[in-house]
Amino acid sequence: MSSAGASAPVHEALPQVRADWLPVALVPALALAALPLVGSPSTWLTLTVAGLAMGLIVFIIASGLTLVFGLMDVLNFGHGVFIALGAFLATTVLASMETWTASPNVLVNFAAVLAAMLVAMAAAGAVGLAFERVVIRPVYGQHLKQILITMGGMIVGEELIKVIWGPQQIPLPLPTGFRGAILVGDAAIEKYRLIAVAIGLVVLAAMLWVFGRTKVGLLIRAGVQDREMVESLGYRIRRLFVGVFVAGSALAGLGGVMWGLYQQNVVPQIGAQVNVLIFIVIIIGGLGSIGGCFVGALLVGMLANYAGFLAPKVALFSNILLMVGVLLWRPQGLYPVAKR
Amino acid sequence: MNGAQAAARDASTAAPTDLPRPGLAARLLSNELPRSRALAVLLVLIVLGLAFAPFLFPGAKALNVAAKILVFIVLVASYDLLLGYTGIVSFAHTMFFGIGAYGIAIALTRLGPAWGAVALGVAGAVALSIVLSAVIGLFSLRVRAIFYAMITLAVAAAFQTLASQLSEITGGEDGLSFKVPEILTPAFSFAGAPFLGVSLDGRLLAYYLLLVAAALLFLVMLRIVNSPFGRVLQAIRENDFRAEAIGYRTVVYRTLSNVLAAVFATLAGALLALWLRYNGPDTSLSFEVMLDVLLMVVIGGMGTMYGAVIGAALFILAQSYLQDVMRIGSTALSGLPFVGEILGALFSPDRWLLWLGVLFILSVYYFPAGVVGRLRAVKSRSPR
Repeated sequence: MSSAGASAPVHEALPQVRADWLPVALVPALALAALPLVGSPSTWLTLTVAGLAMGLIVFIIASGLTLVFGLMDVLNFGHGVFIALGAFLATTVLASMETWTASPNVLVNFAAVLAAMLVAMAAAGAVGLAFERVVIRPVYGQHLKQILITMGGMIVGEELIKVIWGPQQIPLPLPTGFRGAILVGDAAIEKYRLIAVAIGLVVLAAMLWVFGRTKVGLLIRAGVQDREMVESLGYRIRRLFVGVFVAGSALAGLGGVMWGLYQQNVVPQIGAQVNVLIFIVIIIGGLGSIGGCFVGALLVGMLANYAGFLAPKVALFSNILLMVGVLLWRPQGLYPVAKR
Repeated sequence: MNGAQAAARDASTAAPTDLPRPGLAARLLSNELPRSRALAVLLVLIVLGLAFAPFLFPGAKALNVAAKILVFIVLVASYDLLLGYTGIVSFAHTMFFGIGAYGIAIALTRLGPAWGAVALGVAGAVALSIVLSAVIGLFSLRVRAIFYAMITLAVAAAFQTLASQLSEITGGEDGLSFKVPEILTPAFSFAGAPFLGVSLDGRLLAYYLLLVAAALLFLVMLRIVNSPFGRVLQAIRENDFRAEAIGYRTVVYRTLSNVLAAVFATLAGALLALWLRYNGPDTSLSFEVMLDVLLMVVIGGMGTMYGAVIGAALFILAQSYLQDVMRIGSTALSGLPFVGEILGALFSPDRWLLWLGVLFILSVYYFPAGVVGRLRAVKSRSPR
């Protein structure tokens, strides 16, 4: 994973840091361990794809949060507002483009969803910019106040969403072309899950490119490891942080659209619900680590689906148990970020 | 750290050697007097209002509101022990509140309305809360406070789902309605004629049981925070590294504070269940209750037990009556041209939490010590 600063050798003279592949291996290990338990390979394939889709959506949402924490030590409990905003904007945009979503042509459907995603990302990013300015900036470095203030931001945001869209549940049907399932052997795989996996992989690739190949990415990685050193080299980490915060909010908005389509309905409490999940993910991954966040999200998504099939009662606790297990193994998360 | 010095100064002035033997009132209040005339007046008004609520404010709704205030004073004070005094943010506090309420509910449903069942329910709930809070504390209070906030959020969410899933025991989403011991029911009457227009029935007795229990629990908590143990908690809040360096095991103290807060929250939950004769996930376990408690602590004043009284009273009065005021305002505003619809929606009675949320943010920014801190600051400014 690129954020571990391990994979790409920057210069030949630099000693290669040994990559830590053990946590990554957990994902296929979990999948393989579930195979005999589930029994039929076709059910297993369905569950695995569902888990991957859920994991990638959660990753998209959580990546911004973990970076914001890594870079500036800010934990945003109000992250859920951006998710809810994205999901609710999607209902409005998709409802207004009914002719496009009802069209049997998948490409036209996709254009509508893409429009919803762009609107959601733009709006969530803009709100994120304001949120950082108004809510977070005055309480830098004060953890207690940060938790309280961002929680307050969450309450206000949720109430404002209720003012605009009303408190009731709003259906968010999939566009016609995204509905149904395709058969791979005996396994029925819902089309939308494949699409979600594809979008997730595109976002992941873009992130890997930014972090591995661009100067901004390098600075962000460096900032997570040692903020003061980056500052002393003359870079304005504040500005970088605002950029990361806005990008993280936009990604949460995108994730909100995808999560809403995944659930096919939207409630104002959606943000608070997903918040719990993404906190577990970033704790498992190690606060501040993108790679850890990715592995954690996949683990959580897959385990939730396997456990939901095998033992629905245990499924409630599967995420907590996973978190406890990981923290017993590595108390700082899968990929501990150096200085913390 | 200013606060640390202030806490240390408080400690030295409160040392019993250089003070005359305090009066009964001061001893009851553990030597922590309101230290502000306005605050004292406000507190006396609230206490008198609560003490004579059945006679002053007739009607079932008013009595329910008063009882709810009593329960929440205990709950909010216990949360303040954790948040305001120890500096730990927990989102699992309603979990313990819910354990207490479910303890009573399950015991009384299974064993019938008897005092033995009440005792058993409370004892079981307290035991469960102690174990749970100690395990969560020891497991996660070693690391940073921020970890604890997130972990408790996850645990509380899981517990809430568990409570609604185990419907054979907890009644699921519908909750449990049960009978309380006969002496606490409205049907029980211990005097034929009404006194001052109030019928002397079991409901009145239940209210005064609640009042006495809440007052006792509150005074015990006031004693705890003003004890040497409480000072250590405040030292940890101000600078945990220094506290550890002086020789206090911060993990132990934090965990103890966590356990204590959990026990008091459990007892508050038990009181709530006894009063309502019903318990369900929404009344005691839901995240909304957690947010309400958070708002009450911050608005009343973090790190002051009196803040819990003020915060709970203000918030619950607002919750119960502000909506009526907003309804009037909302209909008036929606009559305005152009902006009427938006203003009407913003001020609609269902959106009262929006305004309390804004108030919450503003109070964290501008007066983190809440109403109590504000009132005390007014007084202490003049002699300086």
